[in-house]
Amino acid sequence: MEPFKHLDAVAAPMEAPNVDTDQIIPARFLYRKRNEGWAHLLFHDLRFNDDKTPKDGFLLNTPPFGEAKILVADRNFACGSSREHAVWSLYDYGFRVVIAKSFGDIFFGNSFQNGLLPIVLPPERVEALRVALAKEPGAHIVVDLEKQEVRGPDGKVDHFEIDPFRKECLLAGTDDVTFTLSNLDRIAAFEKAYEQKLGWV
Amino acid sequence: MNAPATLFDKIWSAHGILSRPDGATLLHIDRHLVHDGASNAFRTLKEKGLTVRRPDRTFATPDHYVSTLGRTLSSINDPNRRGMVEDLETHTRESKVKMFGLSDKRQGIVHVVGPEQGLSQPGMIIVCGDSHTATHGAMGALAFGVGASEVSHVLATQTLWQRKPKNMRVTVDGTLAPGVVAKDVILAIIAKISAMGGTGHVIEYAGSAIRGLSVEGRLTVCNMSIEAGARAGMVAPDDTTFEYLHGKPYAPKGADWDKALALWSTLPTDDGATFDREVHLDAAEIAPMVTWGTSPEAAAPITDRVPDPKDTADAFRRDTMERALAYMDLKPGMPLSEIAVDRVFIGSCTNSRIEDLRAAAKVVKGRHTTIPAMVVPGSGLVKAQAEAEGLDAIFKTAGFEWREAGCSMCVGMNGDLVAPGERCASTSNRNFVGRQGKGARTHLVSPTMAAAAAVTGKLTDVRQLMAKG
Repeated sequence: MEPFKHLDAVAAPMEAPNVDTDQIIPARFLYRKRNEGWAHLLFHDLRFNDDKTPKDGFLLNTPPFGEAKILVADRNFACGSSREHAVWSLYDYGFRVVIAKSFGDIFFGNSFQNGLLPIVLPPERVEALRVALAKEPGAHIVVDLEKQEVRGPDGKVDHFEIDPFRKECLLAGTDDVTFTLSNLDRIAAFEKAYEQKLGWV
Repeated sequence: MNAPATLFDKIWSAHGILSRPDGATLLHIDRHLVHDGASNAFRTLKEKGLTVRRPDRTFATPDHYVSTLGRTLSSINDPNRRGMVEDLETHTRESKVKMFGLSDKRQGIVHVVGPEQGLSQPGMIIVCGDSHTATHGAMGALAFGVGASEVSHVLATQTLWQRKPKNMRVTVDGTLAPGVVAKDVILAIIAKISAMGGTGHVIEYAGSAIRGLSVEGRLTVCNMSIEAGARAGMVAPDDTTFEYLHGKPYAPKGADWDKALALWSTLPTDDGATFDREVHLDAAEIAPMVTWGTSPEAAAPITDRVPDPKDTADAFRRDTMERALAYMDLKPGMPLSEIAVDRVFIGSCTNSRIEDLRAAAKVVKGRHTTIPAMVVPGSGLVKAQAEAEGLDAIFKTAGFEWREAGCSMCVGMNGDLVAPGERCASTSNRNFVGRQGKGARTHLVSPTMAAAAAVTGKLTDVRQLMAKG
């Protein structure tokens, strides 16, 4: 996993609530392997016509938003299925940050496992950011994970919350399996006591 | 004496191995259910040089990619789909994980198989790489869906790091009216609290109407917790749960049963325990529900009309609604019961169990479908039971297709798709844009409402058919 520390990049405003993971990556592509690349499948049916040409008017087909690395969505972004492919698609396309009023719980957790940073900001601020980005296409947002800050195109800085452990993992580019495995003795001890009590499980 | 605790609190604290300074807890996982979407997770495990730590706590069955037309690998025409089922066979064989494979009658949708086999029990933590894992919470368990990275974490360690979600209780008191079933209850709940009403929470469903549901009804309610934004939903275990579990293949037996029962009886939420959020519904006010939009929260009683975006003050909401109605090709003000449908699907982890099929068959009996319709039982055992009861004959005589078990048209990953522009009355759980196929229009309904739609060719208040007997 690539570390994430700081990002100054074009941000794209996505104007819909409840953007579900079926929109982000349709189910028919999910048989593919992680390393086969997912960028071209992101938002596939919103992004492409049946003849594979880009759909007019879709956000990422509208310059300069195609080069965005930050997505500013609405509420309940990436609700629905647990498919981690939704994160892979966003990541492979180039997104490193998604800012929203709220996220689907499973997607939120999946993001950290892959180096994608989901940021929750107050609803009014998310809307203000989208307005600013629509008014000035190509405007940048600056994200500083160390300081836990987002600077909008208007220069206003917002603080965001993040679990300290998840922050560390992102900054270092590591996942939690290694850490867990370093605690195998604790796990085994727990299991022994647990299974003595609940032998039938 | 301990402070009053909720069902969720009790299960959580019984499974905590250690805590991180940031508040995350390493949880012991009792059951890890695996399906044919797990290829990438198994590959990640291998790449890291790791193996399945507790194959004895891991159970697999293929469901998403299986053909509903046959029970052999070769019945899966598409090589990519076939590869997913083959992958699961290979990985489980190599890891010595118990697998209910295609030729096994116990194969089926993982969320049907778990309870049916008695694998899902009160007090357990159950995870699976699928968002509808919440289903198993109906057994009095804490069950939630995880992504591919977490699947490989559980495979490698039999544990998972989680931050404790908040407690929410949805109480449905009173008696459900005739013709109103579990699916209507959960759709009414989602319509009330919204598709993100449960985000960050575990929902406990309580109240006399929930208590009055069978285990299968509770499975339907808990199944759609994720459609309300909650990663898990649960119902306190009671005599209904225990009767259902008793004698199931993987349920405890003999002295173990007595010990288990004693423990399970301590699980229900204590009097005086507090919830971060409480919601109340009156069961008597719930009518048969249908969805009209592209989010499960867009649900309304069948007696209503398609809502008018103009009545919504908020411009953003109005815009969202207009887009949903455009996709669904619906006009504001149109009675929901006048929406003509092209196809009916009865199946999915929400509604494919024997009681669902019995209820649908009762509506269908002596009538005939006017549109293409199919029934996909939730497992090989559900199918066999239905056939033993003659339900297959009722469906087939009425013009339904009678298929083999799998996820099928709920998500279309096996090729059972709704055609572009087609409108489907479906007993599944998601009416998202393109969920059942590109351009497909989904109306979520109960099994009896789906049966009624198959007969009349439009969304129909099933109570009208019930009145005619």
